Order: sequence, then structure tokens, then C-alpha cells
Amino acid sequence: MSSITWGRATLDRARIRHVLQEYGVYAALLLLFLVAVTLNTSFLSVGNMRAQLLQVTPVLVVALGMALVIGTEGIDLSVGAVIALAAAIVPLYLGYGFPGMLVVVLLAGAASGAVSGTMVAFARVQPIVATLALMIGLRGLANIINGNAGKPVTDSTVAALGTGNLLGIPVMTWVAAGGVALVGLLVRRTTFGRQLVAIGDNRQASRLAGLPVRRVLVTVYVISGVLAALAGVMLVGYSAESDPSTVGLNYELSAITAVVVGGTPLTGGRVRVLGTVAGALFMQLISAVLQQHNIHQSYQQIIEAAIICFAVYAAQERGTR
Amino acid sequence: MAQQDPTTRGDRVLEVTGVSKSFAGVHALRGVDFELCPGEVHALIGENGAGKSTLIKVMTGVYRPDAGRIRFAGEERHFGNPLEAQAAGLSTIYQEVNLVPLMSVARNLYLGREPRRFGVVDVRRMNRDSAETLARYGVEVDVTRPLRSLGLGAQQMVALARAVQIEARAVIMDEPTSSLEPREVETLFSVIRELKRQSIAVVYVSHRLDELYAICDRVTVLRDGEVVHTGEMAGLERLQLISLMLGRTMSAVRDKGSTAFDTARHHKREGVPALRATGLTVRHRLHDVSLEIHAGEVLGLGGLLGAGRSETAKAVIGALAAESGTVEVAGKPMRRRSPAAAIRAGVVMLPEDRKVEGIIPNLSVRENISLAVLPRLSRAGLVSRARQDEIVDLFMERLRIKASGPHQKVCDLSGGNQQKVMLARWLCLNPKVLLLDEPTRGIDVGAKAEVQALIDELAGDGMGVLLISSDLEELIEGANRVVVLKDGRVVGELEGDGVTEHGLMDALSSAPEPAAGPEQATAEEHQEHEG
Repeated sequence: MSSITWGRATLDRARIRHVLQEYGVYAALLLLFLVAVTLNTSFLSVGNMRAQLLQVTPVLVVALGMALVIGTEGIDLSVGAVIALAAAIVPLYLGYGFPGMLVVVLLAGAASGAVSGTMVAFARVQPIVATLALMIGLRGLANIINGNAGKPVTDSTVAALGTGNLLGIPVMTWVAAGGVALVGLLVRRTTFGRQLVAIGDNRQASRLAGLPVRRVLVTVYVISGVLAALAGVMLVGYSAESDPSTVGLNYELSAITAVVVGGTPLTGGRVRVLGTVAGALFMQLISAVLQQHNIHQSYQQIIEAAIICFAVYAAQERGTR
Repeated sequence: MAQQDPTTRGDRVLEVTGVSKSFAGVHALRGVDFELCPGEVHALIGENGAGKSTLIKVMTGVYRPDAGRIRFAGEERHFGNPLEAQAAGLSTIYQEVNLVPLMSVARNLYLGREPRRFGVVDVRRMNRDSAETLARYGVEVDVTRPLRSLGLGAQQMVALARAVQIEARAVIMDEPTSSLEPREVETLFSVIRELKRQSIAVVYVSHRLDELYAICDRVTVLRDGEVVHTGEMAGLERLQLISLMLGRTMSAVRDKGSTAFDTARHHKREGVPALRATGLTVRHRLHDVSLEIHAGEVLGLGGLLGAGRSETAKAVIGALAAESGTVEVAGKPMRRRSPAAAIRAGVVMLPEDRKVEGIIPNLSVRENISLAVLPRLSRAGLVSRARQDEIVDLFMERLRIKASGPHQKVCDLSGGNQQKVMLARWLCLNPKVLLLDEPTRGIDVGAKAEVQALIDELAGDGMGVLLISSDLEELIEGANRVVVLKDGRVVGELEGDGVTEHGLMDALSSAPEPAAGPEQATAEEHQEHEG
């Protein structure tokens, strides 16, 4: 008898774990939002909501690409530096108009992703090493391009992307929402997306099944680079200046945190796009709440660390392997 | 040899009595007895899963036996771990060299017992002694270089030298020659002879029968976790040794056994073969392997463990880089060789290791089935759900895949259903040639019969099938022709009425080849004599 109850208890625990894994991040986000509003009703004010969205959107854009990379069992540490590179290129090419500048910036992001992707897929460099090298090198390059100084950027279109509103919601958030929809479609409905996930789950089997493993890997890093470059343009618009020595610092870590808190396993084989959105919003919300109640930043960091540990723990698969 | 017969001496270095070990209810060893005398080289052989590695691990303390006694050097011992065994004088050299690749050769040799002077490592003495020691093993290298700069053979010698130096009484060698050149094998043998002179006993695990006859005094054969034979190496016929390993009596008649095969349903098409591989050579693995598969026939690929069967299949589809050799599909040469190119040409392989090379564990049945065919179901990169469902439903029904639904994770299925999912992945591509590496291993009886019947059906429909199986019955009853491999070479081909257990064992036990590579003609001549 006792063994049966024990069996049922573990079954229930497994189910709870499963539910927690799948929906935990949304529930936590909702709960935190309610707490934030209860503690301070002005949290709901238009001004505050806008400020929160403007802060979280660039992180989210970077995190979308990061989620794809992590889905292949990789990691992209270069995204913060790609942001800096993008920021440095913005004032150089604004003379060609906004669209021309955007194309050049996104191409630069793609080129950076192609470099790290090639290192990973063809030279078999570990992703953490390949992208670490770019992380260091690209920020240096960005500083050289800008002559080691910040430059003001006054272009009205860039400013609109960074601070403007459309139907009461920041323009950059609309852009990011489009990105979420596209990446979601990419992961769920395209050959590429399904191949990406299969490669992340079992690379050797994928190769033997004839999947274009290298091409998919390079493409994933290219997408991550392009999205990071886009985030770079958003950040220049937001701050109205291009300062490669500070812009995008630690964005790679924020993006990884959003992906992990959103429930995408670091072991690859799964990409959770909506989870990543929720993860980014959750981390933004928690730091906002702590800030508004004057909790010292050191404590904030400790709390964030605890959340990351819990998220990774909860995301672990148990008993299936 | 001047030495007296070691078995007549009274003492035993190692004595294993009645040892049993099971994992999750499955017996890996059952009442195993094994003894090792000083100065003897004792072969330990058996097919995959016979229990060789489990026995070694029990002897060296990796596993605790469930029952039975182990006596080492006259005392009852149960080592807690391999280090303890090593300290007591029982060393093991594994296939992969267990040393520190970045440290110098000398450091590796003396790791953990460096000569000291005034409390610090006496590097000069260590280097000098190392060079002297290694010279005796035929390794003359700069001992200050990192170990990894040495060839694999030399690294193995360093491992051996290290094992013996720790005052070993017995050394267990687990497939020591698998990565050695013929010249290095000779060096290893002379070292082993030197060990014998020092009365050090050697347990020699290898699949290469020629080597066993060249160096071993006695042999113990394991099968399904039990000792089926222990005795002198000399006087034991190859044929007998093989039938002991495989557990088949040497019956010449081809009798209908327990498999579901019916080769009469096959329909071989003459003319240009569906697949022709010529002169496939992979370093250390395959030497000039050629074979042809016609549409509508099942070609068996026979051989013992390590003979190069899986490697042949992998070299054909380009999953293993071949140094030389060509592959033609229906007369058209394949220029680029990769699994993807092979699939495009219509050649697919069901891999032996389903978990590692086959399934994508966390994806659903549906996605696992449609993985390879996905590009064909897509327009502009967008997957058509309807066409995907159509194919998945069709094959789940046709192969009777039992799952809670197409969305169940494939790692939650039974082995037999996982194998059917793998087959579905390949069959939905409508291939010309199907390479099956152990298609019925690790699946239940019902699924096994279904898979065997499916192979007949596919051959009847005109597909060319390559069947690799360690199950002799399956190979003989399922295949129209059998090509026999040994040590990476083709040593025989059986056809028609010649496809019998007797014929297969004859080919397997053929006399040793000259060690050198190119004269393949001898193998063919030899086969004609035998046939």
C-alpha cells in the first residue's frame, strides 16, 4: 500500500514540475505584476508603463536571437558588443538616410554572426569561446570607429524608433512584437526552425538524418547578430547618442537571463519564444519593483541571482533520460 | 618458448569464483569462474554484451559483484576502485588512453609517484629514468614533450609502461591494438613476452583472433554473462572458437528457425546494381571493402564485433570519411559524400546506436518521423502541416507504431516503437537503398518479427537492402547473399545455398592475412579455396 501512495506522490510531483515548467513563468509574471500594482498604484501610470517598456524592449530583441542560439545548445556572448558596433555605425551612415543606415547596420550584425557561426559550425570552436572573442574584439572596433568618444545622434527617425509612440505604445515595442511573431513562426512552422531544434537536441542524429547542420548553425548566429544590431539602433535612438564604450554593456547577460528564466533549457532542443518574452518582462519588473522601493542595488543583484538559480533548477528535465 | 606450462603451477595471481552481477534485474554475469596464472597471457573473448567489460570492472573494483569471491595474490580482495587495484598490483589499460594529454610524457609516466629530492620533484632524474624505461618499450621520444604530441600507439606504450612500473602482478589489456599500426602491434607483443618472462600475467581482450593465436596461452570465452569455455589456446580450432563465441552448433543445414523472414518474397533485379561501393578504405577500420547491392535483394554483412560492419555502412553514406573508394548509386557516382548527399541520392542508413545516432529524444513521434523529409513537405521554408500529418499518419499505421499519439515524445516509447519511428523516417523518403545496422537489436519479439517481415516486403518492392546483424539466424535467413568482413577486410562471400551457418563460420575462421594492406587478391583467392 505504502509503495502505491509513494508512487502516486511522485507522479503528482512530476506533474506539478511539468506544469511549473510550462506555465510557471507566466504565473510568476502575473503575480509579480499584481504585487507591483498593489504596493504602488502609480505603477499602472502611463508614464511608468512606457518607461518600463522602453527599458525592456532592446533586451527582449536581443533575447529572441539568444533563445535561438541556446536552442542549438550554443550561447552568444557577442551580442552586447554587436550593439556597440551598431551604435558606432549609426552616425557614420545616417547621411544615406535612415533606411540606408539601417541596412548597413543590420549587415554588420549579420557579418558578425556569420563570423561566430562559421567558427562554431566549421572550425568547431566552442560557442562560448568563439563569441567571447567577438565580444572583446567588436567593442574595441566600435570604439575605434567612434574615435573613443560619444557622438550625439539627432536624426528624427532614429529618435522616433527609440522614444516615439504609436497608438500609445512605444514604436520600438511594436517592432519587437513583430520580431516575436516572426521568430515564433520561424521556430514553429518552418523547416529551419524544426531543424534548429533537432540539432540542439541531438546533433549527431541530425547530421545522420541529412540535416544541413552547419548551415543552420551559421544562420542562427546570423539572426542573433542582426537582432542585436537592431537593438543597437533602438538604444541609440533612446539615448540620442552613440557611445560604444557604454552602450549594450552586459546585454548578453540580461538576454541569457531572460531566455533561461523563460524556461528554454541551456542543453538545447527547445526554444520558448513566448517564455522568453515573459522572462524578459519578469526580470524588468522585478528590478523596477525593487528600485521603486529603494532596495539597494546589491540586494537586487542577490535576488536576481536567486531567481536565475531557481529558473534553471525548475527547467531541468527529470527522469526522462 | 622456454617457459613451463603455466597452468601446472599451483599459484594463482587472480582467482574469480562464482561471480554474478546484474543491472536492473538483467544478468550481466552469472556464476563466472576465471583464473589467471603468473606469466600467462590469458585471452578473454566474447561478442557484444557477453560480459567482458563487466567482468573486468568487477575484478578491478569499478563494480561490486552481487555474489562470488575474488582472490588476488592469494588473498580475498574486493577492491573499492581501480586505483586500489592498481596499488595492489592489478593494472588496467583501456582502449582510450587514460592519461593527461597536456602533461609531459615523463610526468605521465610518474604521475602520483614522482621521484623527489629535497621535497621537490626531481625532474632531471624523472626525465632520465622515463627515457630509459620507454626505450625498453620501443618508444624513443623526447620525454619532455606533452603526451598528446605522441602517436596513439606510443601513448598506449606509455600507459603500458606506467601500468607495469607500479609493481604490477597482472595487467588487463582491453583491446590494446584497436588503434595500433601493425609495426606497433609487434612492439606490443614483444613487450608482452617480456612481461611473461617477469612472471607478470596478462589478461588480453581483443576481437582479433589472429592476435589471440599469436600471443595468448589460454582463452576464456564468455557468452551471455557465462563462461562457456576455458582452455589452452593451442589446439583450439578457429571454427570451434567462433562457434563458442556465437553459441551456434556447426550445423550445415539451413533450417527454418525462429525468424519471420521469407526470402522467397525478394525479387532481385539484375543489371546495374542499386549501390556499388568500391575499395572503401578508412584508416585503421576498413581496408579496400567493395560490395554491390542489387535492387530487390537483401545483402547480409557478416563478421564478428569490430570487423568493420557499421563502419562500412557509415563510409557508404559518408558519415565516416573514407581515405579512398567510390560509391555509385544506380550507376551514378556520388561525388560529394555526406549523409545529406546520400539521402538525396536515395541511400539511407538506420544507425546501430538508436539513442545516440538515431532519435531526437525530446521531439515528438511526428517530428522524428518527418525530420528528414521536412524540406520536401515545405514550400518556401514553411512546413505544410497537412502533408506532414498525412505522412505521419500513414507510417504510424503502416508500421503499427504504438504511441499515445503523434505528439508523444519519442524517448517515452519502447525500443521497438522507437525503431519503427526510425524506419518510418527513412521509408517516407522512398529510398532506393536501405542500410540497416542491427535493425532488431534491443527490441521485443513482436516488433522484431514485424521488422523482419517489413524487410522482406521492402525487398519485394524492389528496394536494395543491406542487413547488418550479429544475430546469425537473422543474417542467414534474411539475406540472399552475405559478404563476410574480418578486421576491416572482405574475406568471403556466400551466395544461394552457400548461405549457411557453416559457410559463415568457415569464412570467419579463415587463416590470418598478411598484415600488409594492398594485396587484397590473397583474400579473394583464399575465399575461393574455402568455398
